Amino acid sequence: MKFYIPPQIPRLALAFAVFISLFLILRHFLIPETFGEYGHYRGASLIDNAKPEIHYAGQQACFKCHQDIEDKKAQDVHSDIHCETCHGPGQKHVLSSKAVDILKPSGRVFCGSCHIINAGKQKSIINQIDLDKHNVGKNCINCHNPHQPWEMKK
Amino acid sequence: MEPHYQHLYEILAHAQGYIFPNEIDLQWGILIVVYPFITGLVAGAFILASLERVFKVKILKPTYQIALLTALSFLLVATMPLISHLSQPQRAYEIMITPHSSSAMAIFGFVYLWYLAVVLLLEIWFDYRHSLVVWATEKTGIMRLVYKILTLGVNDISPRTLKWDRKLGYIITVVGIPSAFILHGYVGFIFGSLKANPWWSSPLIPIIFLFSAMVSGIALIMLVYMIVSYVRKKAIDLNVLDSIGKYLFFVLILDFTLESLDQIHRIYEAEESFEIIKLLVSGKLYLTLFVAQGLIGTIIPLVTLVFLQFYKHKIRLQKTMYFIVSILVLIGVYSMRWNVVIGGQLFSKSFSGFTSFKVGLIGLDGTLMAAFWLILPVGILAFLLWLLPPWKMVKEEDE
Repeated sequence: MKFYIPPQIPRLALAFAVFISLFLILRHFLIPETFGEYGHYRGASLIDNAKPEIHYAGQQACFKCHQDIEDKKAQDVHSDIHCETCHGPGQKHVLSSKAVDILKPSGRVFCGSCHIINAGKQKSIINQIDLDKHNVGKNCINCHNPHQPWEMKK
Repeated sequence: MEPHYQHLYEILAHAQGYIFPNEIDLQWGILIVVYPFITGLVAGAFILASLERVFKVKILKPTYQIALLTALSFLLVATMPLISHLSQPQRAYEIMITPHSSSAMAIFGFVYLWYLAVVLLLEIWFDYRHSLVVWATEKTGIMRLVYKILTLGVNDISPRTLKWDRKLGYIITVVGIPSAFILHGYVGFIFGSLKANPWWSSPLIPIIFLFSAMVSGIALIMLVYMIVSYVRKKAIDLNVLDSIGKYLFFVLILDFTLESLDQIHRIYEAEESFEIIKLLVSGKLYLTLFVAQGLIGTIIPLVTLVFLQFYKHKIRLQKTMYFIVSILVLIGVYSMRWNVVIGGQLFSKSFSGFTSFKVGLIGLDGTLMAAFWLILPVGILAFLLWLLPPWKMVKEEDE
């Protein structure tokens, strides 16, 4: 008996061949030009990612003008906290310090966003204040210099 | 205050305890909940169809084509939630044309193409080929052309060729079962392999995903079968419901056991992450885990399914109960996806705090978008049932 190949098989093989060649042709044209330039991704995506507006300047930019604050901060427990953590994004201020003023937050609630009593944080790492008991009615920065918290104001 | 900065402060107000900065905003939203849900429906529906074919469960015959077409409709949409989540839907094809073996996400390109092109389409084609040839001769005009194209020009309907259709279809089904297992096991693997997240990292997760996929797929086919029969004004065969119900019951028991085992394992091991997970499940996930997934999606359906095995009096009531059970099970599995995807991102990896998640209504990552991707496959299914009506298929004598 002759070896029998059902008619579906060659037709499907043809369909697959057409599909795969179409796929390969499309693939050739669809793969972004810069794909694989540096790795298994579109090289131009690095340029895309660099495009968004920069909001944060980084503390080195702050210290270029505010050397005094850098010195103060270095001496106390807030030395690891970067300027923009409290002052907010500062790129605009860096570009034009006259036109855009930096945010100067004050008030018990703002300091409390880090220093409120919080069982999730370790007391040895961050001081926690009961805002309902600790010098109620007074602003934190009346006594504490935020750049140098333990250098108490008189 | 600048908008992006204000947004940060708004969500910070909802954070509890200590969290790391990159955990404030959830990276995976509701669309990533929808993605494994839809993929699960595909795998589950296909496995039910394969049961009928491989194990020759004659009673499930009326649901066979419905299950295959349902799997296809949902598979066509399966990638969409992922792509719209990335907010670049126009790049949808890139995941297909540049698959890569180095990342679990990029492997998706291979898994998806294999499952769509090789397994599902081929199985449907072999199953429908005889009918397509006959329809192409019966119809006129554009529909004739459509069916002609769908036959791929293989018009031979001699008994010998038809026998080969069945034979080759059978082979595809046998290949398809492990493929369906891999498809959804793979989705579970994406979560289970994340060793940094104690709520996900578990070798049981792929298996749990697989069984919950089967649960949801079987429930969906039960629902679709009832709705299709209702729309066609045909009586719903209670024997069909009873046997789907039996499968649903067994798979649901297995799924429930596996999930319980996973939780018991966590409770007994009580690793360092256990305290935060305990707070998570008793707090933020209480409603979706214990009420939606546990009670509504598992316990009530299980009790009802047991009851329905004994209760054989009012047929109408039995059908209504099956209808409600299938919807409850789907809600339960959706909640399970929610608990995994959202739950895993709510607690801090410092194990000392929580962030919160509020799903938006509009936008590429909102509720409406998620609803759209869940409704679209239903539309596709309606179209496929119109194009390839299982009830008008040519009956073969020797079956």
